[in-house]
Amino acid sequence: MEKQYSFTADLEVKNLACLRNEKVLFSGLNVSISPKSVLFLQGENGSGKTSLLRILCGFRLPDEGEVSWGNQVITSLPEYFQNISYVGHKNGIKDELTVEENLNLMRSMATASDIKTEFVLKQIGLFKQADVLSRQLSAGQKRKLALARLMMTENSFWILDEPFTSLDKASVVFFETLIKEHIKRGGMLILTSHHDIDLSGLSVNHFSLSN
Amino acid sequence: MFNAWTQIFKRDLLIAFRRRSEIIHPLIFFVMVISLFPLAIGDDKVLLQKIAPAILWVTALLATMLSLDNLFRSDFEDGSLEQMTLLKTPLSFLVTAKIAAHWFITGLPLILITPLLAVLLYLPSESISMLLLTLLLGTPTLSLIGAVGIALTVGLRQGGVILSLLILPLYIPVLIFATLAMQNVEQGFSAEAQIAMMIAILVLAITLSPFAIAAALRVSLN
Repeated sequence: MEKQYSFTADLEVKNLACLRNEKVLFSGLNVSISPKSVLFLQGENGSGKTSLLRILCGFRLPDEGEVSWGNQVITSLPEYFQNISYVGHKNGIKDELTVEENLNLMRSMATASDIKTEFVLKQIGLFKQADVLSRQLSAGQKRKLALARLMMTENSFWILDEPFTSLDKASVVFFETLIKEHIKRGGMLILTSHHDIDLSGLSVNHFSLSN
Repeated sequence: MFNAWTQIFKRDLLIAFRRRSEIIHPLIFFVMVISLFPLAIGDDKVLLQKIAPAILWVTALLATMLSLDNLFRSDFEDGSLEQMTLLKTPLSFLVTAKIAAHWFITGLPLILITPLLAVLLYLPSESISMLLLTLLLGTPTLSLIGAVGIALTVGLRQGGVILSLLILPLYIPVLIFATLAMQNVEQGFSAEAQIAMMIAILVLAITLSPFAIAAALRVSLN
């Protein structure tokens, strides 16, 4: 049995509304997610998936409604945000730093896991590129580096926005395994994806955002 | 908390070192603009000497504003800023690391090169030390105030013009006290009052602007 996450609680979204360019993206949205489960957001382009994720990360404020973590509103709960590992459309890696420097930076900023950088590099298949500037990586390699963020910290709440864009098949399988381990350890995951993702054996809530 | 601060500080120095042109451009701008004045005015030593403090300070102010442009832009564009808001260390504290690093690589070289340019404008040596003191106290203030404007406009596509309209008026107090201090010294008076005011403004900027910057960055992210 692997070490379980210590900081977990139910996340609840109540009556949430989001406006964008004076148009209602969604309103009256109610959804919840508990530890050891996955919330898979579905919906066509422009249905507000990314906006919902950004609200959950605190980058956006909801236009109506609230989000609570263990019955506390997230805006008054800094621990909630510190516990998020977010990989969005933007990779959040610095082009001018090498692969290894980027990884070490991700680790040093948060509650670090005790995983070795060298091990992570081997796992994501960038060991040979450790001293290469991230600028010189391909789009898929950059994405892998961005997703490696998930391994560097002990955060129990993962929010992934189209995580598998431009990844090759082997990497997709690797990160699917990583997600499964994460959920088994008591973690939570919210993701959007237009790729088929193998989440067999996990409790997955498919939630559809429709206009 | 301080670990994250040091990491950001070191990261920004390293990135600046690997992208040197961005540090050097404002510095070249500073040198070029100042050396244009003796060319335009001609060999009028008295006039040059008289307006030297104004030339040096106004140019330093513009060079600072020019250099600030990239302070948050790359972090905003590559998503590092989003990640920074999710850290345990408050964003308002982390931005001071970015500004400190930025001042270290743009403000400091500017101050170091100033004595050379002051000689070009026939500034007497006793005024040069006062000039350096005002720059040392003034440029961090300019960076801190400018960063608020940068943080507000980082999400806009053409923030440049709005930025100058937004922050140039706020630079006026610093400019007034700095040039007044130098005039006083030239005329043989004490500049203590002006220096005290500049220190006060700097302290005020250090204590208040980080919160404004963090709030503005969150607005830009929204």
